Amino acid sequence: MSDKKNIFERFGESQVWKSIFRSGVPRTRRQRMMSVLNSVFLHLHPVRLPRHAVKLKFTWCMGGLTFFLFLVLTISGILLMFYYRPTAEYAYTDIIDLREQVPLGIMREIHRWGAHAMVITTWLHMFRVFMTGSYKPPREFNWSIGVLLLVLTLLLSFTGYLLPWDQLAMWAITVGGNMARATPFVGHEGPGAALLSIGDINFINMGADAKFALLGGRFVGEAALLRFYVLHCIGLPFVVMILMAVHFWRVRKDGGISGPT
Amino acid sequence: MESFKDFIDFLTQPTLMLTLSMVTFPFFFPINDWFEKWNRRLRLNLLWTNAGLVVVMLGLALFFVVGVQDAEFRLIMLKPDNVPIVGLIFLVYFFMWVSMKQASDNDARLSSGKKPNEYHDPDEKVLVWPDLVYVEFISLILCMCLLLVWSIGLEAPLEEPANPAATPNPSKAPWYFLGLQEMLVYFDPWLAGVVFPTIIIFGLMAIPYLDKNPEGSGYYQFKNRRLAISIYMFGWIILWVLLIIIGTFLRGPNWNFFGPFEYWDIHKLEPLTNINLSEIIYIKLFNTGLPSNIFLRELFGFIVVFGYFLVFPPLLAKTVLKRLYLQLGNFGYGVFVFLLLCMLSLPIKMYLRWIFNLKYLIAIPEYFFNI
Ligand code: HEM
Repeated sequence: MSDKKNIFERFGESQVWKSIFRSGVPRTRRQRMMSVLNSVFLHLHPVRLPRHAVKLKFTWCMGGLTFFLFLVLTISGILLMFYYRPTAEYAYTDIIDLREQVPLGIMREIHRWGAHAMVITTWLHMFRVFMTGSYKPPREFNWSIGVLLLVLTLLLSFTGYLLPWDQLAMWAITVGGNMARATPFVGHEGPGAALLSIGDINFINMGADAKFALLGGRFVGEAALLRFYVLHCIGLPFVVMILMAVHFWRVRKDGGISGPT
Repeated sequence: MESFKDFIDFLTQPTLMLTLSMVTFPFFFPINDWFEKWNRRLRLNLLWTNAGLVVVMLGLALFFVVGVQDAEFRLIMLKPDNVPIVGLIFLVYFFMWVSMKQASDNDARLSSGKKPNEYHDPDEKVLVWPDLVYVEFISLILCMCLLLVWSIGLEAPLEEPANPAATPNPSKAPWYFLGLQEMLVYFDPWLAGVVFPTIIIFGLMAIPYLDKNPEGSGYYQFKNRRLAISIYMFGWIILWVLLIIIGTFLRGPNWNFFGPFEYWDIHKLEPLTNINLSEIIYIKLFNTGLPSNIFLRELFGFIVVFGYFLVFPPLLAKTVLKRLYLQLGNFGYGVFVFLLLCMLSLPIKMYLRWIFNLKYLIAIPEYFFNI
């Protein structure tokens, strides 16, 4: 018997490897537990779980896939930002360039279809949580956080819809913006808006109401493009990431994945 | 073939499709013992068996395969942004099957005194590495593969450059908001676009605080949660997903209805004869003109709307929702009934429109206050 080790085994025992993965290749029970505990990514999970909780037919891995799609969207979104300029002059042509000039130009497809997919997986995740009754105590609050995540997911999709600056984009956002104008009290065509006035001066008018705040103007124009761009790339992802952190933390703190007692 | 297409076009009219799905709904998700008896008698529970899955999936697939032979059908179903909704139809049924199958298995186990399938000895746990990490890893790879294939196969849409002067007909919101846009047909924007979405969000957040039933926490189950599940399914499947399907596939120029095999004719005319409640009462019934006093004019509308929200809660609390009322107390029950009535107001308004051509119950366009 030669005790010669192959190159992988030698590498696995080198100082470099061991400094990165402290617990070594997870072969023994102890190593397996340590590799979850020692990794900042894996330790989102507990070390041990009840048997039903790791089954695909229970969680459908739907929350996990939603999160994964969010990561895919973040990465592909960053790549898109290299090429895209949010101005009325360049936005549309940059999108065409993305398709025609950029090698392997499917980044936009990945981003758009990934966004559609994330909306669907969020709905399905919510459906799963409902059907297993996992919103019942002590998980009530995490369900509410989830609802906010759902709303933000939809808003992320909605703000992104405008950015290609084509007919589809502009008019879809116009339909949405026209609803803002009817907001009670703060939309200039909303019920009660006329109450906020002194004499002949209406405080809520075309130049100062919910629609104007949303679009940065009376119509979907360049100001709206910039607003949606900033919200889409910075504002909403920032909030979503905070809420996701709370959501994951609460899954653990509420006692891990729900199950029968 | 032509008669098949005509039949589908006929069947998918919102009036018919929504009526059919609402009437059959409680047979699929029985809300009480009577419906459950019929659910079993009609063998609808076969839907949640393996055979049921195969039959429904193949049936749906066949429908789409046959459908795309038709040029109009192809045009609307294969529009790049509409493809996810075709996928959604399959996914919704598939996951409904996954959950309802496990739920009915567990119902049977529980009624024979056993623990649900998910139950394992609490001392016997498995390690996250490898048991969970691998499941996640494989799902993630499959998801990425699917996304890549989809992205290579289907180009993201790009239309003409944005042009404020040329309004496309129809102008559609993104598909996930088409339920709201469909509501715009029946309600003014301040309700359909602002108030109802807010109520939906708060209503969803309120679910855990209104559903005090301790049964079925952490496992699939139907029988002891049938009220909660039925309400959720009704809202999600019929009032959200079905309206999205209608809005995406079946609404064409001027927001007119077009069957999936029908040509989108811009000149299709739908007679617009919608009238307000005040006009029905004062002009048709009393044969007098509309009074000039706004409150007098809209008096009947106010009576109907306030009556709806004031009469039904106590009525239901005394009858079908008695148990719930005792369980939730005044405040909780009040919130619950308010949400329920808001939800039901959509189908009610639809029928008022379809049957009486009713436009508004209360119409005060002077203050943009129309219900
Ligand atoms: C951006 C969206 C979301 C992400 C990334 C996300 C992620 C996750 C993940 C990874 C889990 C662990 C279990 C699993 O995979 O099923 C989870 C659990 C949970 N999620 Fe979400 N979620 C999102 C949206 C939602 C929504 C919309 C709801 C409900 C309204 C929700 C409610 C919950 C609850 C109550 C749990 C605990 C489930 C249990 O203990 O069985 N989440 N979420």
